[in-house]
Amino acid sequence: MLFDYMAIAVFVFFSTAIAVTAILLGGLFGPRRKSEVKSEPYESGMIPIGPGTRRMPVRFYLVAVLFILFDIEVVFFLPWAVSFRKLGLFGLIEMFIFIGILLVGYFYAWKKGALEWE
Amino acid sequence: MTAEQIIQQILFFISAALTLGSAVMVVATRKLIQAALWLIVSLFGVAVLYALLDASFLVVVQVVVYIGAIAILFIFAVMLTQRDQRDKGPQLNKSWVLAALVGLATFGGLTFLVSSWTGFGAAAAPIPAGTVDMVADLGTALVSVDQYVLPFEVASVLLLAALIGAIYVAYNRK
Repeated sequence: MLFDYMAIAVFVFFSTAIAVTAILLGGLFGPRRKSEVKSEPYESGMIPIGPGTRRMPVRFYLVAVLFILFDIEVVFFLPWAVSFRKLGLFGLIEMFIFIGILLVGYFYAWKKGALEWE
Repeated sequence: MTAEQIIQQILFFISAALTLGSAVMVVATRKLIQAALWLIVSLFGVAVLYALLDASFLVVVQVVVYIGAIAILFIFAVMLTQRDQRDKGPQLNKSWVLAALVGLATFGGLTFLVSSWTGFGAAAAPIPAGTVDMVADLGTALVSVDQYVLPFEVASVLLLAALIGAIYVAYNRK
């Protein structure tokens, strides 16, 4: 049973190993000559104004919340998709109702302009 | 013990140590964004624990919802706060020794009580291979009339309410 997850384990191992190696090699061989100018945040060649960390616009929050809700929708799709072939027409209709109700919310978001980025 | 059980034990200890260690880092680190990233590591350790328990659907939910959504929301929340608002006081107050002792005593007492249970040291019985596909079972249950079809459809209404509520609260009305 554990071997079902082997592909994921190998993937996680190599992605971590490559990232760690890259950072380690850079730290080992890269020269470190710090200076005042180097530690300034880069701002397209202009002299930086204000603090380095700024608050993100609250608009991003709405995107995050919308993402989470559609993410949870995906969780419901997954088991349904696994047994989709056995479920027949009834299962398909049920899923259409499920999506239909959620599409109302999607159109509401659209109509309200929540998907626009002004 | 068979070889597979030994591998499972080793994986359990690694992932448990990873989960607990990164959970400690979540509360120990001072930088909020790093705390959020440690939280992702901790949640991933829990996903590995689910995988060891054969709960494949929960693994997917853990990764998709907790790491994919909740952790992202945390990072958004961190981004929305101002850096000057962070706590500058000491991380330990003066009664931390007492708190640690009480915590240890509670942990020891609970471990002592649970250790008298027969299942404490026993390995979990393996699920017979090829009998059930639990994810497929769940999918069937979700759209069967005699099972969870009504809760399933009600869940979509709940999601709809959350969607509309989120837009209503967050959207800048003129």
